[in-house]
Amino acid sequence: MLLIRCPYCEQERPEVEFSFAHQAHKPRPEAAGEPLDDHNWARWVYYQKNIKGVAHERWNHAAGCRKFFNAARDTVSSEIVATYKSGETPPVPESRIEGEDLSFDYENAEGGA
Amino acid sequence: MSQDFRLPAGGRIDRSERLNFTFDGQTFTGYRGDTVASALLANGVHLVGRSFKYHRPRGIVTAGVEEPNALIDCNITAQEKGTREANNRATFTELRHGLTTKSVNAFPNLNFDIGEINSLMARFIPAGFYYKSLLVSTGMWHRVVEPVIRRAAGLGVTDEVADVSRYDGHYLHADIVIVGAGPTGLQAARVAAKSGARVVLVEQDTECGGSLLRDPVEIDGMDADLWVATVEAELAAAPNVRVLTRTTLSGIFDHNMLTALERVTDHLDVQDAADDHRPRMRWHRVRAKQVVLATGSFERPLVFRNNDLPGIMFAGAVETYLQRYGVKTGNTGLFLVNNDMALSAAIKAKDAGIDVTVVDVRSESTGPNTERLMAMGVPFLTNHTLVEAKGGKRVKAAVVAPMNGDGTAISGEMRTIECDFIGSSSGYNPIVHLHCQSGAKLDFDPTTACFVPGAPMGATPTISAGGCKGLFSLNDALASGASAAQEAMDALGLQAAEATVVSASEEAHPGSLHIRHLWLLPTDKPTSKGGKFWVDFQNDVTAADLQLAVRENFRSVEHIKRYTTLGMATDQGKTSNINALGILSDVLGVTIPDIGTTTFRPPYTPTTFGAIAGREPGDFLDVARVTPMHDWHAEHGALFEDVGQWKRAWYYPKAGENMHAAVDRECRAVRESVGILDASTLGKIIVKGPDAAEFLNRVYTNKWMKLGVGRCRYGLMLGEDGMIMDDGVSSRVAEDEFLMTTTTGGAANVLSHLEDYLQTEWTDLKVYLTSVTEQWAVASLNGPKARALLSELCDDVDLSPESFKFMEWKEATVAGIPARIFRISFTGDLAFEINVPADKGMALWTALMTAGAKYGITPYGTEAMHVLRAEKGFIIVGQDTDGSLNPHDMDMSWIIGKDKDDFIGKRSLTRKDMSDPMRKQYVGILTDDPKEVLPEGAQLVNVADAPASAAPKSPVPMQGHVSSSYWSSAAGRSIALGIVKGGIARKGETLIVPMPDGRNVKVTLTDTVFVDAEGARQHG
Repeated sequence: MLLIRCPYCEQERPEVEFSFAHQAHKPRPEAAGEPLDDHNWARWVYYQKNIKGVAHERWNHAAGCRKFFNAARDTVSSEIVATYKSGETPPVPESRIEGEDLSFDYENAEGGA
Repeated sequence: MSQDFRLPAGGRIDRSERLNFTFDGQTFTGYRGDTVASALLANGVHLVGRSFKYHRPRGIVTAGVEEPNALIDCNITAQEKGTREANNRATFTELRHGLTTKSVNAFPNLNFDIGEINSLMARFIPAGFYYKSLLVSTGMWHRVVEPVIRRAAGLGVTDEVADVSRYDGHYLHADIVIVGAGPTGLQAARVAAKSGARVVLVEQDTECGGSLLRDPVEIDGMDADLWVATVEAELAAAPNVRVLTRTTLSGIFDHNMLTALERVTDHLDVQDAADDHRPRMRWHRVRAKQVVLATGSFERPLVFRNNDLPGIMFAGAVETYLQRYGVKTGNTGLFLVNNDMALSAAIKAKDAGIDVTVVDVRSESTGPNTERLMAMGVPFLTNHTLVEAKGGKRVKAAVVAPMNGDGTAISGEMRTIECDFIGSSSGYNPIVHLHCQSGAKLDFDPTTACFVPGAPMGATPTISAGGCKGLFSLNDALASGASAAQEAMDALGLQAAEATVVSASEEAHPGSLHIRHLWLLPTDKPTSKGGKFWVDFQNDVTAADLQLAVRENFRSVEHIKRYTTLGMATDQGKTSNINALGILSDVLGVTIPDIGTTTFRPPYTPTTFGAIAGREPGDFLDVARVTPMHDWHAEHGALFEDVGQWKRAWYYPKAGENMHAAVDRECRAVRESVGILDASTLGKIIVKGPDAAEFLNRVYTNKWMKLGVGRCRYGLMLGEDGMIMDDGVSSRVAEDEFLMTTTTGGAANVLSHLEDYLQTEWTDLKVYLTSVTEQWAVASLNGPKARALLSELCDDVDLSPESFKFMEWKEATVAGIPARIFRISFTGDLAFEINVPADKGMALWTALMTAGAKYGITPYGTEAMHVLRAEKGFIIVGQDTDGSLNPHDMDMSWIIGKDKDDFIGKRSLTRKDMSDPMRKQYVGILTDDPKEVLPEGAQLVNVADAPASAAPKSPVPMQGHVSSSYWSSAAGRSIALGIVKGGIARKGETLIVPMPDGRNVKVTLTDTVFVDAEGARQHG
């Protein structure tokens, strides 16, 4: 069971208090400066990065302060590299494990109608 | 029975305490400190079980937790029902007075087992037999094959009744957890204790000492016993140390969450255990900052023909029985070894007066142990193989022969050596289970021919020390224990204490094994001919099975494991996996590390489910949420339905009523007079703040800005994908406050969904959300008499339809209780939902029931609620929708605010395929026969595709399915709702619902409203 530090409560708490929300820092097409066409919209709605390595994730301290925050988690070792408040810049970048990345090509995904 | 094989002195048993126990109906005696296995061996009993598949006679092979053979069922008498436990390892089960045990898988009894005929049929039940048997026809499988397999294979018998023992769960927090209290672990604990860390030392055995318990060498100039006692006293005196004996650390999970099973009363004499106030076991969940593994190693046996005969055991086990329990495993022993260390057992046996012969498979054997044995005059054969063991229910002799240089064939005269036990050793396997569970890999060490811990990995690596790191010399182990603790202290930022210098009698523990890899001893015939070479005793897997699997082209060890069932029994291959890998490496022609190991999963040893459940079985398993009126429902005979964690009244049957009759009566009451529903479980969220209306405008599809205070509106909530997520009525309490209701089951998700947007996307909105689901109790009055009834209890509000309109709410006093009354309706009938503070819920309910008596007020449950809403075509999110349906699909386009700037799901709704006319759409479904109530979930097909039988040869295209289906007394017939491809445009069309019994039921697609289509009643 993971130990996760809630950046609002400033405490390490067990995983059962938290719920995973979804991929963090996922700009809507408009925010990313892309045309809001079906392709870009569908890609935003339906595709997740699914990184093997350090990924930015949004979590909710559901059975605690109920705040949403972000975590940089190594999806292989489950190490929580960092947690930080919503709106803050990630303290560590995402990183895919070299040569072993089987995840979907999110940036070039064919989506939409 | 006398203990003929007990040595006159020695061992760690207490000879002053004689304990009686039974095994297969016979009474035996042992001593305090015995295991069941050591006591049986003291009485000369080697045959203790029948094997899983072939019912081969099997004996005790080890003296510890890794035992594959000696499984026993405990507490087997009728009086002990509720405490019976199957498949205990006799080698790990402490003897206690009054213990009753029996062997497993023997029929009719251990000495004469009919199933042994499977042995003779062995060539017909080879590796992969179970899979091959699946190739027979389904009928053959169900009627013949499966019952035969189930009867013939298997181990112990489980209890027929629920476990009556008490179990506790505990949480522990530690700076450092040290697993194993052998010399390595004790030394580590000592260093950690002195450094001031919070230490938990976990030992599965009854006492600390580990290998020293069977081999009391000299440490630090003192007897091992004294040394252990000194360290124990040191630890006991330290307030920062907790020592848990009889505790198995069974699993390592993410971030060093450890689980440990402590056996508290299992070792007590049966009567004492029954009187003991403590729980039988404790299940510790330990959160550790650092973990040091000092779990030692297992010996592994050599593999030769007929190596499963009772009396053939591990060399180290022979030594343990002699030294720890004062038990001889026989009178004439043969030791079969490939390394130096195992020879110490032969020395101890000779010392105990046993006739000993040594067969060493190595061409040269020159270590100190060899020299000592030679000096003792023990016959010592080098470069010899054991061709075959002879015997039936006990080994009688061994056939030995010299080998050729590379150990692949015999190269000389075979001769027979009589013996009544064989102690064999093929080396040692570090116990790397926990290391691997933590996510780390293994390295293969060719010098010692075993897997050792590889580089630590993961967020919270463990540190291995001593035997489990492949360090077999006692001095190395002690030093590594100390340095592991120091490493952990460094990681914790503590000043690591200096380790006491320790010296041991090096001679007895040379450490270097001088091992010869010989995974399969050469013999005179192929492995498939004659007696078998057993690899996995517990699952009856032989060398020939492994070779067959390879011939059938299995290559991955994970596949071979599943095909042959190797290592899949309760022992998880602790003694067999490495031998199997060695044999496979020979057959496949690749090295052992290239084959790799299978995955090590928790628990390390079998764990009682009761201990994991702790104090939370039955009613305590999950939270049960009940409404303030729950007791009234229960007292009035309600049956309950689980909706999420809520217990909701389902229906209230009167004497002699079945469900159908009760629901029918409840529905009629609502349509004809007045019914009352406990609606307290609906999710209720306060949405408050200057931007509350804007917020609702964004999360619902319809418009909210202009809803007046005192008004209510139905809202539909979508996900970003445009699909329906939840629905409910929200009411404007004040300019800056709404009370939102959600579905009972969706409340928590909706709150999280809304908070996610507020906290991360719309941080500019000034709104906060508070769940008040449990703060309000809700009684919903429905039916034409609802107003007359309510007006008797409420005189401060004009309830007339002119001044209190449908979809309005008002503050009022009902039965003297301050209340909020909402004119909203989920039945389509005149309705008032009365909300009061939760602690007044029961008072309100009973007042309504009392005053309502003269109107024939009828409580109704969720089933009638479902029927009543279905009569009106109101959807239930999650029943009529499934996450793939949008508002257009549900014929609810009217609820989408067309000129709204934005709302969640709006962009997705504009995608072309979201309004495709051939999407599945919400329709009413009426059967031609009005009495036929369709099963929910039934599929609809086109008339042209109607199948000719219940099991059509080819699949038929589905048009949709029935999502809701009931008998409706108001409609005077059955009604159904469902989802059908292009259904809205197909109303009036006839379709077919094929039934499981082969009938094709004709139905017509209709509108979704079956009662009061113009909607007059709810406005009444």
